[in-house]
Order: sequence, then structure tokens, then C-alpha cells
Amino acid sequence: MSYLSISGVTKSFGSNLVVQGFDLEVERGEFVSLLGPSGCGKTTMLRIVAGFESPSAGRVVMSGEDVTNLTPNKRRVGMVFQSYALFPNMSVFENVAFGLKIAGIPRPELERRVAELLEMVGLSALKDRYSYQLSGGQQQRVALARALAPRPRVLLLDEPLSALDAQIRVSLRTEMRQIQRELGITTLFVTHDQEEALSMSDRVVVMNGGRVEQVDVPHRIYQAPATRFVAGFVGALNLFEAKVINAAKGTVALSGVEIALGRKVPHKAGEAITLALRPEALRHGGLEDCDVVLPAILSDVEFLGSVLRLRASAGGATVMIDSFSTAGTAPPVPGSATTIGFRASDLLVLDPVPAQAG
Amino acid sequence: MAASYFLVPLYATFQFSLQMQRGQWSFEAYRVVLGDQRFLNTISYSALASLAAIIVGALIVVPTAYWVRLKLPRLRPVIEFVTLLPLIIPPIVLVFGYIRMYGSSSLLPLTVSDAGTNLLMVMGYVVLSLPYMYRAVDNGMAVINIATLTEAAESLGASRLRTVLSVIFPNLRSAIISGAFLTFSISFGEFVLASLLNRDAFGPYLVLIGQDRAYEPAALASMTFALTWGCMVLMQLYANRKPGQRLLPRLFARIKGKSQS
Repeated sequence: MSYLSISGVTKSFGSNLVVQGFDLEVERGEFVSLLGPSGCGKTTMLRIVAGFESPSAGRVVMSGEDVTNLTPNKRRVGMVFQSYALFPNMSVFENVAFGLKIAGIPRPELERRVAELLEMVGLSALKDRYSYQLSGGQQQRVALARALAPRPRVLLLDEPLSALDAQIRVSLRTEMRQIQRELGITTLFVTHDQEEALSMSDRVVVMNGGRVEQVDVPHRIYQAPATRFVAGFVGALNLFEAKVINAAKGTVALSGVEIALGRKVPHKAGEAITLALRPEALRHGGLEDCDVVLPAILSDVEFLGSVLRLRASAGGATVMIDSFSTAGTAPPVPGSATTIGFRASDLLVLDPVPAQAG
Repeated sequence: MAASYFLVPLYATFQFSLQMQRGQWSFEAYRVVLGDQRFLNTISYSALASLAAIIVGALIVVPTAYWVRLKLPRLRPVIEFVTLLPLIIPPIVLVFGYIRMYGSSSLLPLTVSDAGTNLLMVMGYVVLSLPYMYRAVDNGMAVINIATLTEAAESLGASRLRTVLSVIFPNLRSAIISGAFLTFSISFGEFVLASLLNRDAFGPYLVLIGQDRAYEPAALASMTFALTWGCMVLMQLYANRKPGQRLLPRLFARIKGKSQS
């Protein structure tokens, strides 16, 4: 059995169903992200694991112990909050020592442990400061050290980087992941930021409307999204409407051009399907290995530093193209004619849009 | 202009209190007042009663406000209304109600014994200071986001009691102290409850002196005023203090600087 096991968890507030049938198995030392738009139930799910909410149905098991009905203070979980939640009346040292004091750790060991953790988060010099004397990034490091001090079974991170500015966010996420790896602590991380989820996690759980849409490793989430929602939520997409010609052979008609996808299509012949293409799968120039090549007119060029984002109209649709900007080459001019192309195997086949009720 | 309505009578009272000896300024009235044993008795009695009211008030208000904010946020308007009632119901009504409820012929005859009557008066003070104490504490809670702090403490293994004692109470200290000083200034010179419950408190003493003497009441009024203002100043100092900081940071910094140089 896995280290953290969440099975069949459902939570409703009155008539509002927030989490539906959530199942997840997390291995010891794994870093798993819950990713989804706001209101998708990811934070509620984390709070259920922490014990701040009790599930309407389902079980949470940690290292073989059923904790579903345990109060939060008996669960031995560490939690880091978006708002840091440092105790304002305590110094950095006292904050980190809080959990150890409660656990009844003798003073010399407590001091050693706090020093070790402050060293780990790089704040040894600030141990006598109070939270109002620290920056956001420093406060969140203290919060992390505090959560880790009593050696929790599971570390829960509730959007810990959302309140920080962009630069600190990136550096702190690398640091957090490094510490997590070093300690080998099982971690659940809640975020609405796909970049954070993809860059930090061993596995990502994409949630929508209280349901799990997909659980997979980051590159699979991006490259092989299981549902239309996942495809749209994680990364940008170009969408094309096509018609199935032969489902078994995987041939479709896109703007009158027959394309072989090279894999089976779960639809019937003649049915309309939606195909999607990541902006970086579309190319302009260097089209030698492309299966499909189309003439296009560039309508917009955004220079983003290392990346060029182009918009082009081709076959009556506007598509987005991401390519690396090359040194010494000026970006193309909007309005110029070009050819774009892609490999058929890069096309994602999305599940059909669910029929609207009524 | 508006301040003069307030300051001129105050100054007049103070000046009058210095004129007890004909033809010269002196603190004679203050000497007489401070030498009066009854003054010392009533003032210490009132101070003690006020302190008791502060402790009982804080013990009732802090857990209530905490629980309401944490678990029953929908009840907040109701609780706020209840805490405002002492401003609407005059103390005279309150004390008559007490005497009827806890009089000698009632089930719980508190007024028969001295201790019982003292208790009744302290509880009355708690009620009178409720609007101020509750508001001070509730505002304090709004500032520190108690829900997240509670969750943080609990996830670190703290029980509810431990959370309240080592996280909530210390972080509300300045709010509670503000409430405490307000309670003190209300109950210290309070007259109606003390008089009708026949307690030898400072309020009734003030009135009694006012009826018989000329200069001493002015001296007493000035002293009471100074005390209330002192309370206000202390309240400000405590309310603005941050953890790890001394009460008068600049003053202490200056002293430290001088001693080093």
C-alpha cells in the first residue's frame, strides 16, 4: 500500500459538491501537485488531508494509519499556508521551535534541530527577528522550517508561492523542491500555476469541478492530456475542427487535406473531432520533417526574449506559433507571407465537447 | 473653539482645587484628600473591583469572540447586538434587575452576603464594559487572521487550549489591554451600581464628598481625570507596541545609545 492513500473522498458544503470521488495514491517521498483553476476543490482536498475539513465520504490513510477521523493536531502533518501564518508574538526561533516544544523535545535537542532547519532555509542569522521584520520570501522559508521541524509524515503546501513576487517565487520553488528531495518527505502541493506544478512535481493531479481529470507525470500531462480540460488548462493550444475519415487507420480531413495521425481514433467515420496542436509544435521555416505544410500570412509577432510568439492565419484559422529566437536574426515582420508546418504525430485528439443538457 | 468647551472648565476645576488656602496656590486640597482614610479605602476597593472585572471580562470575551469568529461566523451580528445592549439599557435598570433576581427572597440570594454583593457588582462592571471589551478584542482578532493561525498551530500538534493560550492570547495582548483600560476607566468611578448595591466604592465617595466639601471634589475630579488620561496614554503605548519591542522604543534606544557613547 502506498504511503498516503486517499480513497473515494467526497465533500459537500450544503448542496454544493466541492470534491467528488477523489482517489490518489502517493508513494513515500513523492512530490505530488494538485493543479486546477480556483474553485476546483484542490484546497478543500488538501484541508481534508490536513484534517481541517472532514470528508462527507471516503478515507484518508497515512503510513497505514486511517486518519480520517483524527483531529489535525494528531495527524503529524506539516502545513505551509499562502499567508505564511507565522505567529506574530514569536521570534523566528520560537516559531520553528513551536512544534518541537509541543512534542516535548528536550531543550538541547530542540535547539539543535531548530538551528539545523534554519541553516537549511538559510535564515540562521535572522533567528531573533519577528515576522514583521522579514520579507515575504523569508517569512515563507520560516514557515517551511516550522512545518518541517517536528518531522511530519506528510508536508502540505497550500499555494505557498502565490503571495510572493515573480523572482522570489522561482528561486523559492527550486529551493523548496531541493529541500523536499533532501529530506525525502512526502509532499502534497496545491497550486493554480501550471508552471509551478509542471516544474516541481513528480506527478500532477489536474482537477476541475471537484473531479480528478488526470493524474500523471508532468510531461505526460502536457504532451498527452487525457481530457479536453487538461489540454486547455495546461499550456496554450491551437484548436482545429476535423472530420474522421477512417477511425482504425487514424485518418482525418483537416481543411480538406487528408492527414494520417498514425494512431487509432476513438470516433466513428464521418464524425467531427477536435484536434489540438501546441504552439511550439507548429513551425515556420525548417519544415523538412513536417507532414503537413500550409501557406500562411503572419498577422502578429511578439518578441518575448528567448521565444518568438507568432500569430498567423492559415486555412481560414488563426494559429499561434512559438519558436526560439535565434541570435543575429531579426524577427519576421507582420503581414509577410510564410509557410508553416507540423508533424501529424504532434496533433492531440481531444475528447468531444459534452452535449449541453436541455 | 470646540476644545475650549472642554479645556476651560477642566482648567477652572484644576485652578479651583489649588485655592483651598486663601490668597495662595497650594496642593492643600490634595493633601486633605490623600490623607483621608476613606479615600484610600474606596480607591483600593474600586481598583480591585475593576481589576476583577477586567479578568472576568477577558476570560468571557476572548474565548467567545474567538469561537464565534472561528466556528460560528454567522452568529457574529447577534453577538455584536448582545454586547451592545449595555449601552441601550441604563445601569439603573440593570441593578434593579440584579436586586430582584439575586435579592434575599430569590433562589440565589447573593445580596445577603458581602462577598455575594461584591461578586454582583463585579459582574455588573463586566456587563457595562462588554461593548468596549468585545469590540477591542474582536478588532484585534480581525487584524491577526486567527483562523489561519489556529490551523497553523494545530497542524504543529497544538491542542485547542494550547493554541488559545500560546498563540491567540499573546497576539491579542494589546487588544485585551486596550479593552482592559477602557473597562478600568468605566468601572473605577462608577456610581449607580456601587451606590445601589451599597458598596464603599470610589464613585459613591466622590458624590458624597461633592455634597459636603468645596475644594476636595475639585481635587478629586482633577486626579480622576489624570488617571483616566494616564490609562489612555498607556493604552496607546501598548496598542502600538510590536512583539520584541520595548514599551518606549525610541526612549530606550536613546538611553542605550548614550550608555554606549
